[in-house]
Amino acid sequence: MNSSHQTFAEKASRLATEAAVRATPEPLAKRVRGFSDRAIAWLFIAPTIALLLAINIFPLFWAIYLSFTNYRANRPNAEVRNIGLSNYSRILNDPDIWASMQTTAHFVFWTILLQTVIGFGLAYLIDRKFRGHAFWTTLILIPMMLSPAVVGNFWRFLYEPQIGLFAYAVSFLTGIPTSDIQMLGSVQLAPWAIVIVDTWMWTPYVMLICLAGLRSIPDYIYEAAEVDRASPWRQFWSITVPMALPFIMLAVLFRGIENFKMFDMVNLLTGGGPGSTTEVASIALKRDAFEAWATGRSSAFAIVLFVAVFGLANIYVKALNRVKQR
Amino acid sequence: MLKKWVPLFGAAAVCAAAAMPQAAKAEQLTLCWAAWDPANALVELSKDFTAKTGTTMTFEFVPWTSYADRFLNELNSKGKLCDLIIGDSQWIGGAAENGHYVKLNDFFAKEGIKMDDFVPATVVGYSEWPKNTPNYWALPAMGDVVGWTYRKDWFERPELQKEFKAKYGWDLAAPKTYDQLKQIGEFFQKRQIDGKTVYGASIYTERGSEGITMGVTNVLYDWGFMYDNPKKPYDMEGYVNSPDAVKGLEFYKALYDCCTPPGASNVYMVESADAFKSGQVAMQMNFAFTWPGLYKDEKVGGNRIGFFPNPKEKYHFAQLGGQGISVVSYSDKRDAALQYIKWFAQPDVQAKWWKLGGFSCLKAVVDAPDFKTSQPYAPAFLESMAIVKDFWAEPSYAELLQAMQKRVHDYVIANKGTAKQALDELVVDWTEIFKDDGKI
Repeated sequence: MNSSHQTFAEKASRLATEAAVRATPEPLAKRVRGFSDRAIAWLFIAPTIALLLAINIFPLFWAIYLSFTNYRANRPNAEVRNIGLSNYSRILNDPDIWASMQTTAHFVFWTILLQTVIGFGLAYLIDRKFRGHAFWTTLILIPMMLSPAVVGNFWRFLYEPQIGLFAYAVSFLTGIPTSDIQMLGSVQLAPWAIVIVDTWMWTPYVMLICLAGLRSIPDYIYEAAEVDRASPWRQFWSITVPMALPFIMLAVLFRGIENFKMFDMVNLLTGGGPGSTTEVASIALKRDAFEAWATGRSSAFAIVLFVAVFGLANIYVKALNRVKQR
Repeated sequence: MLKKWVPLFGAAAVCAAAAMPQAAKAEQLTLCWAAWDPANALVELSKDFTAKTGTTMTFEFVPWTSYADRFLNELNSKGKLCDLIIGDSQWIGGAAENGHYVKLNDFFAKEGIKMDDFVPATVVGYSEWPKNTPNYWALPAMGDVVGWTYRKDWFERPELQKEFKAKYGWDLAAPKTYDQLKQIGEFFQKRQIDGKTVYGASIYTERGSEGITMGVTNVLYDWGFMYDNPKKPYDMEGYVNSPDAVKGLEFYKALYDCCTPPGASNVYMVESADAFKSGQVAMQMNFAFTWPGLYKDEKVGGNRIGFFPNPKEKYHFAQLGGQGISVVSYSDKRDAALQYIKWFAQPDVQAKWWKLGGFSCLKAVVDAPDFKTSQPYAPAFLESMAIVKDFWAEPSYAELLQAMQKRVHDYVIANKGTAKQALDELVVDWTEIFKDDGKI
């Protein structure tokens, strides 16, 4: 009996296996003229990889190659010579390039500081869920949704000393004549004019990320803190800030990378002027590459910038991971 | 049945093939230029060419701000977009050396087009490379020069004339010297006219492309600035940064500081014309091409506007603008493009060109007895074209231009360093560029 039962079980198992095999669709590869599944997978991925290679990887390697040459895009017939590290040496010894890096660092520092402080503050307020908070959230988000080109032109008019609302408002509050409030023409004020606009436009972005962080903190932690009679100040510093910190750091990372390559806003507002006061690295690079046509040298400049951003971002991401693991 | 049709098909094919060259002949030419008033005049003028030859003309006009970027990219990539191009005067060296333009000497000789028939300065500025040699790459197309317009109606007000004379001791009129220009600027600066605050002058200060360089050189030439030693090319020390050139640059800064409207730190052609049109300034530095439009303006044109050439100091020069028309060597329609140039060079076409608002460079037009009275701005234009001088037309002009933009903007607008330092640094920049070029 035992033996016949086993035979039946084996038979049932075999039948079930056969049914399962029949039910399993024939491998796609077999149906497509003997291709293996791996080959089919490659077939689908290949266009994307080709596109990536053509648009991202090839230009990167081409730029690396050009950075060691004297190539100029406006001299297609001139001989292209390998000049070793000359371009890099010139870039790293050029005081004007260092000045543009300094200007970039100034923008990155101040915009991130202001956007983080104000953005977190706004997120903290919005998180209180007061009456009409949804309306205020939408209102605050509007600048972020505008195109940088629109924002640049819009603020250029606002900063206009004779007809601009900004100059009028400052004049009204301080009594300084509007003609003396030359936000874009003054060496002292122009860098701040750009910081103000960028902060106005991108603080909502930081606010959104911080808000997500604040909303991810479970209520029971605050309830436990209240049971332990922790003051609101203590709750803020011991619960809110540490738990929202990874989100804040993420916002700082995103804004840092964006602002390091800031171009459109500066180009529209000051074009790098007055003089070279607001000439950030991206503007200097564009001038070298597409106005002075020093293609080899500007390729070296681009590589230096790339390495700087890549290196800084890597260090920062490691720090971010450490904070997350705490 | 089919046999019957075969010869017919064959005949049709032969006819079609024969017709093809004809169709190609009645072709379409694309002319590339900047988007500005003269371009509209050229569209109007070119209708005659189409009527005469059957060749239709299409136009690729781009704003001045992207004009150089767009078309130099096109030429450098050997693009076929433009059959004809009206390229900036500074491009001629690069375009000739890189083979972008068709050399026109043989064509001119064959068609009897003589360069002696054109204003000499425009031939040197728009057509020749190397300069002052009979190698022609373009036909002078649009004469242009930096000059000035002023509010004649304000200048003529008796109360202002009286006040001005009492203050400066001479009659308020179009200035002949830079001292006079500055005095007028100071006189009008922040003055109330018809209940509105007005300012002295609008001058070029733009940083991004070529603006401040065009303005500064316009003044520097008159003080004695020279690009290099006339006896030793590319020897710039003591010429670019000569004591006189330093004084000229200091004057430009003084003019910017004393007499321009607030917020005028990034002004070029359009902004300058706007400042004048909106009744903001008493005087305006601008290229002559803006004059016809300003003269027609309802608010500031007609009897209200006057024109004068660049004032003089130790020397008398003005910055050359304008362009020549060239055939792009990558065009598949060279012959038709050359026909357009042949047509454009004709005296009657040039006369109509001037009438429509273009600035002809043909002597037959500008030396005609009625030319000076043909337009109110004609005398100032003629006088200005006689004193023109141009920026470097070297193949590396773009890099040379960028260096000057930076150095002079840093000094004039951003108050960085002194005029001497700015010009000394410019000599260093330019020397490095020419060394890279293998010219020194």
